[in-house]
Amino acid sequence: MSSPACNVDPKTAELWDKGHYQYDVISTRTLGYFMYLLSDGMLFATLFAAYGVLSYQHSYFGGPTPADFVKPWYTFVQTMALFLSVLAYGFGMNALKHKNKSGVISGLLAAFVLGVLFLMLDIHDMTHLASLGISVATSGGMSAFIVLTQVHATHIFFGLIWILVMMAQVMIKGFTTEVVGRLLTLRMFWHLQAIIWVFVYVFVYLWGYMS
Amino acid sequence: MLVDLAGGWNPMLGRLAWSQIPYDNPILAPLFVAVVIGTIIILGLITYYGKWTYLWKEWLTTVDHKKLGVMYIILGLVMLFRGFIDGLMIRTQQAWAVGTHSSGVFGATHGYLTPFHFGQVYSAHGLIMILLAATPLLVGFMNIIVPIQIGARDMAYPYLNALGLWITAAAGALIMISLFVGDFAHNGWFGYAPIFELQYSPGVGVDYWIWTMELVALGTTLGGINILATIIKMRAPGMSWGRLPIFVWASLSANVIALTSFPALQVALGLVAADRYLGAHFFTAGLGGNLMLYTNLFWIWGHPEVYFVILPAFGMMSEIFPTFSEKPLFGYITMVLASLAIAGVSWLVWLHHFFTMGAGPYVNSAFSVATMLVGIPTGVKVFNWAFTMYRGRLTFNAAMLWAIGALFLLLIGGLTGMMLAVPAINYMVHNSVFVVAHFHSMLLVIVYAIFASVIYWFPKVFGFKLDEFWAKTMFWLFSAGTTLVFVPMYMLGFMGMTRRLDYVFNTAWHPYLLVMEFGIVVYMISVLAFFALLYVSIRDHAKNRVGTDAWGTSRSLEWLTHSPVPFYNFAVLPHISTRDEVAWRRDNGIDHVQPDHYEDIHMPNNTGVAIILGGLTFVLGFALVWRIWWLCILSLLAIMALVIYRSFKGDPGYIITAAELEEMEKDAMRREAQIGKQHYRVGGGVLGDAIAYERSDLPPLASQPGSSVGLDHRS
Repeated sequence: MSSPACNVDPKTAELWDKGHYQYDVISTRTLGYFMYLLSDGMLFATLFAAYGVLSYQHSYFGGPTPADFVKPWYTFVQTMALFLSVLAYGFGMNALKHKNKSGVISGLLAAFVLGVLFLMLDIHDMTHLASLGISVATSGGMSAFIVLTQVHATHIFFGLIWILVMMAQVMIKGFTTEVVGRLLTLRMFWHLQAIIWVFVYVFVYLWGYMS
Repeated sequence: MLVDLAGGWNPMLGRLAWSQIPYDNPILAPLFVAVVIGTIIILGLITYYGKWTYLWKEWLTTVDHKKLGVMYIILGLVMLFRGFIDGLMIRTQQAWAVGTHSSGVFGATHGYLTPFHFGQVYSAHGLIMILLAATPLLVGFMNIIVPIQIGARDMAYPYLNALGLWITAAAGALIMISLFVGDFAHNGWFGYAPIFELQYSPGVGVDYWIWTMELVALGTTLGGINILATIIKMRAPGMSWGRLPIFVWASLSANVIALTSFPALQVALGLVAADRYLGAHFFTAGLGGNLMLYTNLFWIWGHPEVYFVILPAFGMMSEIFPTFSEKPLFGYITMVLASLAIAGVSWLVWLHHFFTMGAGPYVNSAFSVATMLVGIPTGVKVFNWAFTMYRGRLTFNAAMLWAIGALFLLLIGGLTGMMLAVPAINYMVHNSVFVVAHFHSMLLVIVYAIFASVIYWFPKVFGFKLDEFWAKTMFWLFSAGTTLVFVPMYMLGFMGMTRRLDYVFNTAWHPYLLVMEFGIVVYMISVLAFFALLYVSIRDHAKNRVGTDAWGTSRSLEWLTHSPVPFYNFAVLPHISTRDEVAWRRDNGIDHVQPDHYEDIHMPNNTGVAIILGGLTFVLGFALVWRIWWLCILSLLAIMALVIYRSFKGDPGYIITAAELEEMEKDAMRREAQIGKQHYRVGGGVLGDAIAYERSDLPPLASQPGSSVGLDHRS
């Protein structure tokens, strides 16, 4: 019938919140989004595990391997496009600190253009593979290669749409709490995709080229 | 398109054709008629009573975490019933189709189900019970209880919460429609490579299986994020980590698992989809595919998932035992650590589902030891519950009976689990019904905990208690069913009966199978008792109304607010001074102290976007199953457009003014005053003795006013 130890005197205890207890909307949203990104990270981790299992010599079943068609410098251009896109987004966020609307929009625009460049290089790469007759149906190893890189590209595609939406929202709605929260979460998303790309570039493209 | 398909495909309808409707099936066709008639009756009744606006405004568009939780639980109970019917069909087939002389009807040589149909039934049974019954039921309870227990007005993201529910409901609708349009997977609920490849399963069954699971995974991940953020960010002032009710800790551990493990499922099934839709070779038998890659990826999710469902059940038991033992939970800190430990170890044991893969003695030993490690935190929990009850003042009401039943099943399931953790034994009983009996014991722990919670928290949500007589009747019938079905199943497992037999060759097993059939009939009667329970309780609800603290001995924060809980949960957020806040206030006679003034509060608006998105995900899933590509693209575009529209529109929310709040609070208090004095029991010497047994090194109670058990809880 008793309760655990309590050093609060019940006679004088504060029973109800007296202050204006408020939680921080932006930090709550960014925390939740961060957790979504953790799950996104797990998604890529699982894909990398599948790639790891399916990148033995026998996984290619005597067909083409990444070493046959990967051009490290081509992919390096992609890498730079994505990194500069993240950097441009960062400059946009700097402008946000000064409530500089045109600065944010030009940062987002630059990030968008560089992201489109990345995606176009990726699509070009895929059409090149298709012209060589290589597809997911070629072998288990090629399935893992293409699905992993294209899942990443799909993330980039949706990120680009999101950047467009945010440009419109900054223009129409200005820096409301919701818009600022979304700009921050989009920044986290964009940054994570660049981090994932580092792994894709190193472990899929470079490693594939070397092996 | 994309891959060569057996059977037709046309751009308009994809693979859909009249021949896919099983109108000639003697089981499904009458069922379809019954479902159609039932739906018409329900829709007619809603129209007749003019409840459409009410339904739309109060339920379908709500973002209130309690209503969403109730809808999760209703969804879970409906799917539990469907899964139970599947179980009944499996048992009946196995009791019937025994020996060469057994008769056959409906096109089956033995029994009444053809092997292909039987395969669909057990696959659907497993998938439904784990992902569409246990998961929504537990998510529903977490949804309702966690925000109230931490003193929050709502979840961190109310709209996302609604979205999670409707996506889960879309998954339920998808698996239900597979009954009447096309067929379902026959590869077991977890799937085997390469049987689920297009080459060996050319129908749409496997596609239904893929997209149902993908949708549940999506919904549960969103829900998990929401509950985690709620616990981290929305706690009332004074609700420090050391004061969180144990159910909240259990939900936290469970949702850490959900957040990290469900992506693995999404990838595993996504890769199966790549194989089936794009002709990839992830899990094919040739061209460089790897069969065991699938099994590993699946169980990397699958094992954490079973702890995702058992941890909230443990949390429920940890709430119920103290309330009906009139003692604080024994060993709070160890309980928290045990929950987190189970969540951690859950990641290290997946390979014990397929010791027979042939990974070699070193790998098998490592996973065997890791599996046995799970027994340590689980044992800690069991002893904590036992010591909570020890020398407590026990009330054996229905909720307590269900919780104790769960404890017994946990003992049986846990010990058989330890046996299965030994690879040498596992090789013997692999794929036998012994394994089936083991994991049913474990999942029944969850079912028992859920029924205990339904009884325990029902008055909090609806304001009246469930009928004790029928709740107890249901408990004893259900427990009799459990014994009659699963004791023979353990025995048959030792005799070497393998799982999933659509035809049992050994007539010596027939008596056992008949006992199991009798057991499932008893289960059926307990289901009827559940309906009686609902009917009687709702009929007599005026008699069984309760006030704030429905049980008079409850401890955690949800019992501080009115029953039923108002939509704003707390008119003024409570300031938390201790763990077991309600018990502390009651013991010090300040449990009826109300706030002296109110302030405006801000609430989110209802939204129809979530249910429309749920409907669109269902259309997307259906279009993917039948490969109707234009519909896929259309629904995907519609989903994106709606999400963008919602993000532009935003939700300013609305304000409840202090005056309105005061009015509503006064109404609630007036209602509670009419119920009459609550049956409190104040004082009593039980705890003095209990302390002496729990911590003999502490001074006696008399020298410690208003205290104290166990560790120092100041934080």
